[in-house]
Amino acid sequence: MSETVLFAFEAALNGLTVGIMYSLVALGFVLIFKASGIFNFAQGVMALFAALTLVGFMTGQVPFSHLINAALGTNIHHFGFTLPALLAIPMTVAVMVGMAWLIERLVLKHLVNQEPIILFMATIGLAYFLEGLGDIMWGAEVKPLDVGLPQGGNIWFEENTQWLGFGNENFWGFYIDTLNLYALVIAAVLVTFLVIFSQYTKQGRALRAVADDHQAALSVGISLRFIWVLTWSIAGIVALVAGIMWGSKSGVQFSLSLIALKALPVLILGGFTSIPGAIIGGLMIGVGEKLFDFFMQPIIGGATENWFAYMLALVFLLVRPQGLFGEKIIERV
Amino acid sequence: MLDNPQDGYMTADGRQIGGVVMELKNITLRFGGVVAIKDISFDIREGEIRAIIGPNGAGKSSMLNVISGFYNPQEGDLIYKGYKRPKMRPYQVSRMGIARTFQNIALFEGMSVLDNIMTGRMHHMKSGFLSQAMWWGKAAREEAENREKAEQVIDFLEIQAIRKTPVARLPYGLKKRVELARALAAEPKILLLDEPMAGMNVEEKEDMSRFILDVNDEFGTTIVLIEHDMGVVMDLSDRVVVMDYGKKIGDGTPDEVRNNQDVIDAYLGVSHD
Repeated sequence: MSETVLFAFEAALNGLTVGIMYSLVALGFVLIFKASGIFNFAQGVMALFAALTLVGFMTGQVPFSHLINAALGTNIHHFGFTLPALLAIPMTVAVMVGMAWLIERLVLKHLVNQEPIILFMATIGLAYFLEGLGDIMWGAEVKPLDVGLPQGGNIWFEENTQWLGFGNENFWGFYIDTLNLYALVIAAVLVTFLVIFSQYTKQGRALRAVADDHQAALSVGISLRFIWVLTWSIAGIVALVAGIMWGSKSGVQFSLSLIALKALPVLILGGFTSIPGAIIGGLMIGVGEKLFDFFMQPIIGGATENWFAYMLALVFLLVRPQGLFGEKIIERV
Repeated sequence: MLDNPQDGYMTADGRQIGGVVMELKNITLRFGGVVAIKDISFDIREGEIRAIIGPNGAGKSSMLNVISGFYNPQEGDLIYKGYKRPKMRPYQVSRMGIARTFQNIALFEGMSVLDNIMTGRMHHMKSGFLSQAMWWGKAAREEAENREKAEQVIDFLEIQAIRKTPVARLPYGLKKRVELARALAAEPKILLLDEPMAGMNVEEKEDMSRFILDVNDEFGTTIVLIEHDMGVVMDLSDRVVVMDYGKKIGDGTPDEVRNNQDVIDAYLGVSHD
């Protein structure tokens, strides 16, 4: 087989695995948007905050250590112990659930029945607040995150795909990062779990009910506040998963919150209200930008990955504004 | 008659009505300077069909919203099953066995008929959040039991054919019936119906009337309904409260109400000579 075809195929394969990372972030957006109609601008920062907290717990960092040291004149930074990932992850989940509860208590509760734009502005505020809080609590330096997920090229995959070259001497099999393979599996498990949860359980049904009609939900005995805490908790956990994947890949750093921006075109492609849409939208963007880069780089130069997703989203907005899986809004006149 | 709260009475068609299940005492509801309900008292007895009628803007829906907890009155007491009910949120009221339908249908449009009805079973499902999420033993069993109840309601209201249809696709009359089914699935003590027949054609009205009577007959559910169609109200209900401008101007059997001078004046107007 010719090398171009093989390399294009490899690019697409890597695009798939990068795309699943975008999907993970977009998923958090969809969950909250479906349940409360709020576009949660803070989703990316939540992923960052979750990852920071996880690293903090694992390395035994003292939260607010800079503040404490400045106020008391001490010089403490670490508790002097480290925690295994298996313990630190549940602790971080607990923090995210607590955060969801606080967000409902302090923000959402007071903004019931407000315009969507006001809630949106509130989440922008939340994003900045969380970013600042993460900084004060855990410090702004880039931190490596290792929860035990294997990294680097997958040799097994490479060896087992070598035959696809059909004797081509320049081809040694497809290169793929093991971490990305794990991300693929984890995302699949997460989505399966979420779909089963929302389709077949009482709380899942309540979640969909609240998303559909608040009044009716109240009339059948659903507590809106509980559902909101639940939604934000799930979004927080999804953010943690996204944070772990991105953090393992490129270290936990504040630019992590910018990946939220890449989730926007994903949402426009997949539709704001569809869980499968978020996944497929993410994969399409991932594959699309890699292939575009592969074929167009010789002609228009590199760095197309920075803008390709947005251009694709723009085209979609013109042709199919509700996204691939979104609900079409029809107003009867 | 009916001075003692424990007393029941016999209806014209020979059904035995029990004692008071809910009593509203001197309810006053204001929105800013507007008085929607002015010092109204009446009671609801076990097993009866109680209608609230009145011209537009009389405060009927507000009254229903007070009972279902969507509005909290500024003054007055609501006594339910012998206890004064504290200020409550609507979902708490619903969990106490008071189900309702809405004037402008409030269904979950994106969900199937069956799922809509299953939401009505929500507070009969007790298993905790985690076991629900993991879908183990108790939760799965509970889901099956409640599914069976939902299917019974579906059979009862004759909507088997549309069980899997998304609600958004149904015609108006059927949506009203699905909403009734959802309320019924909660196995309520009191069922509140806000204009169950508004906007229906004669045939649909006849069906709905039959279902309301059947529900009352079969499950002994106490029903409070608001309706504009006088023929329907007088046929269906055992006792009627008449409201006008937020005040109660009549209360009694359909015959008593029909002959009440205040009621006639409110509906037909008074001559000023």
